[in-house]
Parts: sequence; structure tokens; C-alpha cells
Amino acid sequence: MARHIPQGAIGWLLPVALVAVWEAASRLGEIPANVLPAPSGVVAAAVRLARTGELAQNIGVSTLRALSGFVVGGGIGLALGLANGLSSLSERVTDTTLQMIRNVPHLAMIPLVILWFGIDEEAKLFLVALGVFFPIYINTLHGIRGVDPQLVEMGRVYGMSPARLFWRVILPGALPSIFVGLRYALGIMWLTLIVAETISASSGIGYMAMQAREFLLVDVVVLSIVIYALLGKLADSVARLLERLSLQWHPAFQTR
Amino acid sequence: MSTLALQRAADALDLSARADAPGPPPGLPVTVRGLRKAFGETEVLAGLDLHIPAGQFVAVVGKSGCGKSTLLRLMVGLDTPSAGEVRVGSERAAARASRLMFQEPRLLPWARVVANVEVGLDPAIPAAQRREQALQALREVGLDDRAGEWPSVLSGGQKQRVALARALVSRPRFLALDEPLGALDALTRIEMQGLVERIWTAQRFTAVLVTHDVGEAVALADRILVIDAGRVALDLPVDVPRPRRRGDPGLAALEGRIIGHLFNDQGLGI
Ligand SMILES: Nc1ncnc2c1ncn2[C@@H]1O[C@H](COP(=O)(O)OP(=O)(O)O)[C@@H](O)[C@H]1O
Ligand SMILES: [Mg+2]
Repeated sequence: MARHIPQGAIGWLLPVALVAVWEAASRLGEIPANVLPAPSGVVAAAVRLARTGELAQNIGVSTLRALSGFVVGGGIGLALGLANGLSSLSERVTDTTLQMIRNVPHLAMIPLVILWFGIDEEAKLFLVALGVFFPIYINTLHGIRGVDPQLVEMGRVYGMSPARLFWRVILPGALPSIFVGLRYALGIMWLTLIVAETISASSGIGYMAMQAREFLLVDVVVLSIVIYALLGKLADSVARLLERLSLQWHPAFQTR
Repeated sequence: MSTLALQRAADALDLSARADAPGPPPGLPVTVRGLRKAFGETEVLAGLDLHIPAGQFVAVVGKSGCGKSTLLRLMVGLDTPSAGEVRVGSERAAARASRLMFQEPRLLPWARVVANVEVGLDPAIPAAQRREQALQALREVGLDDRAGEWPSVLSGGQKQRVALARALVSRPRFLALDEPLGALDALTRIEMQGLVERIWTAQRFTAVLVTHDVGEAVALADRILVIDAGRVALDLPVDVPRPRRRGDPGLAALEGRIIGHLFNDQGLGI
């Protein structure tokens, strides 16, 4: 029987069944609506908020925050990771400091960040950037350190210039590890944003959830959670797609 | 490697030999004078002298750790000597006209087979011409039909043939080979030996082959060098005409003599 179901569909059987059971239980009154609304109720809330334009606006604000923080923190992490992987001088100057700062959980900085930036955009950007910096930095550094020295030697024997050696040998060799960092950083990016928006914001998905909590709109709270989950899944899928496209040579990504 | 592929490789070689009528540029003579190389306290090469005439095929044998790889790296200019000098042609050991082939294929896993061969060419050459030359080199090793593959799908012997194509695509005038067949199984190794000999016969570069297989050395080389205590301990010509037959009594006698020399200080223990 399983033979007749497309491969991709099998994974969806269980979630669909769970949602169906949840819907049925809500309709039969087993789950009170003020504890957990029915899936159809959540969809209705989504439609309602979409009509007013609130939903699109809040998703837009949150996505922009997430991505700008990611670009800033990830960019710095990548640059420092490359610099420290390629230059032992740069590494000796900065690595110890970075490893020390790494031991401070970035979310512990929230009170300080609120003191500095209030609830302005800078606060969210700073926290997200700080959160994504380390996974990208560490994995870029490890990726470069892990490049096969025999290949680097081969490049030198074949007369590659330093720039060519970087683009043809070192960067492609470090890429699988950089992607590991990227996907890990995306997870941290959403997590940081959720916490930051829940604590201090005047727009965005987290703000929408906190507002709804004050007015006991459970359906909107659940909708916010679902949206976070979908955005996280979307970001991960995009990262996987990029990984698949750029690591075609890797045996783990070859279809045959 | 199929017989068919080998046949095609042989045909491609004949064609290329005929194509550039006066023949490709002949090999460069290599001269080594008073070559020393020390790593910290230990002196690996202790004043080695050697002259290799243009186009000669030399095999270097010696016990593990006696400095064979060190010698090759100095010959292609990958390391600098502690004292003495290496001259390839009229220049000091320079990477330009020399190529080094390693025991491992060292292909870039993220580049297709043909792109890996192009690594051996000057990036200043126009892309279309580079591609054409790389395909020609792949034809010579009988792998032109795998040009578009990733290296990870090739067998060990095929990967080493791609590495050979990469080493030869720029038509080097001096080729150094550091146990290039050492990691291959016995049958693949015999096929590869035939391929190396055919390509050398067609292109006439100067070749220095380091090998731990004395049988391989006597089958391929014009001359055998045994390295011991940082110097050339034995320098023997191989006067058996080509094509050579495996199991030729002359070769077998020579092989026995070299093995005897390698072990003469402690005997064979049998
Ligand atoms: N970069 C290096 N640093 C220190 N010692 C080295 C280095 N390269 C080679 N050696 C030493 O030099 C000796 C000769 O090495 P090598 O030329 O690789 O030997 P072979 O190729 O004949 O087996 C060995 O004892 C080895 O440990
Ligand atoms: Mg060696």
C-alpha cells in the first residue's frame, strides 16, 4: 500500500491526522476554545487579520528584522572566520577575545540592550546579529582549518595565485561547514527574534501575540506561534536548497 | 579500465604524436649539484649529485624515509634546498616547465573531471582552448567519456589517470612522479605502467619516478638510482630494449641485484 503513496506525502500523513483529531476534539467540546482554539478558528483569525492588512505588515516587519540582523551578524562572522582561518596573525589577535565573549549567552544581554536601545529596532538587530555571529564564525573557521592540506599543496604545485587558491580550493572546501553554521544560525535568528519581540516591541509577530494575549484572543496567539514555525521552516528550506545547489559535488548530495 | 579504453588512449596518443609534426618539445636535462636538505637536526639529503640527460626516464628506489619525496620536491621547486642546487634546463628548479604527480590523486572534489584537468593549464589561456586541451589530455588517458563526471564517482585508478592528465595537459618538459601507482591494486598498476610508458614514449619529457616497487622501476626506467644515507648509492642503466616483456630474464636479474643491494647490510632474512 505504501508503494502507491508518493515519497514526500508519507511524512505529511501524521501531522494531517493530528490536526484532524484536534479539530474533531474541539468541535466535540473536548478542548475548550479559550484554552486552544480549533484549527479552523486559527485559520479564521488568519483570514481576519489578513483582511485588515495587520498580518502582512507584522510578518513583513519581523522578516525584515530577522534578515537585517542576520546579514549584519552573519557577514561579520563570515569575514572574521575567513580572516582568522587564513591568517594566523588575525587569529592570534582576535580569537581568544571572541572565544571569551562566546561564553556570554546573547539573550542574557537583553536587559542591557533595552537600557541601551529601548525598544527601538536597533535592539532587535543587535540581538539577532549577536546570536547568529558565533555559529557562522566558528563554522567558517573550522571549515577553513579543515581544508585538505594536500589539496592546498597541489594548488601551489600547479602555480595557483593566492586569490585563485582561495576561490578554487579553500572556499569550496570550507563550504560544507559554512552551511552547517548557516542553518544553525537561522534557527538562532528566529529564536532570538521571538524572545526580543515578545519582551519589547511595538510591531511584529511577537508584538501581535502579546497584544492578543492581553485581549484573551487565543486564536491569534496560536496563529503567531504557527507563523513563527512556518517562517523558520521556510528559512531552513531555502538554506537546504542553496546547500543542495552549491554542494552538488558532495557524495551526500548526489542522487545517484 | 577496459581494453577498449586503453586502445582508444593508445590511438589518441598516436594522433597527437602525428599532429604536431616535429614532435612535442623534448625533455629538459636535470642537474643536481651538492644537494643538501636538513629538517632541524636530521640531514635527509647529504650532498647529492646527479645528472639526468634530456628525455631520460629515471626510477628512484630506496628505503622508506630515505629522502625520495624530499628529492622530488626540491627538483620541482616546491621546497628550497639547505645547500646545493637543482637545475632544470638552464633555470633553477622552477615550477614552470615541471609537474609533480603525487601518490594520491588530489583532485578537487568540487570540480568536474575536465575542470580538474584544466587546473594544470595557465588560467590566462582562453577558456575554450583550455577545455579543448583538457579534453585532449583526457583522451590520452582514455577518460574523455568521463569528462563531465564528479571525481567521487571514479575508481582509484581512474582518479589517478585524471591526475596524470592534469600533470600532462601543459606538456611539461620534466615530470616528477612520487609513487603515483603505490595505492593501486596490482592489475590496475600494471595497466597504468603501460599507460605511463606509452605517454612518455610519445612525448619524451624527462621523467623521474619514485617507486617502492623494484619490478615497476626496472620495467619502466632507462636508469635506476638507489638512494641511501642521503646520496646516490647505486646508479644502474637498464639496457633491456623496449617494448619490455614482464618476466624478461634481464629485468629479473636486475631486480634481484637492486633488491640485494637494498638489503645487503642486513641480508634478506630468508
Ligand atoms: N617537512 C618535514 N619536516 C620534518 N621532517 C621531514 C619533513 N619532510 C620529510 N621529513 C623527514 O625526512 C625524511 C625523508 O622523508 P621523505 O623524503 O618523505 O622520505 P621517502 O619519500 O623516501 O619515504 C623522513 O625521515 C621524514 O620524517
Ligand atoms: Mg615518499
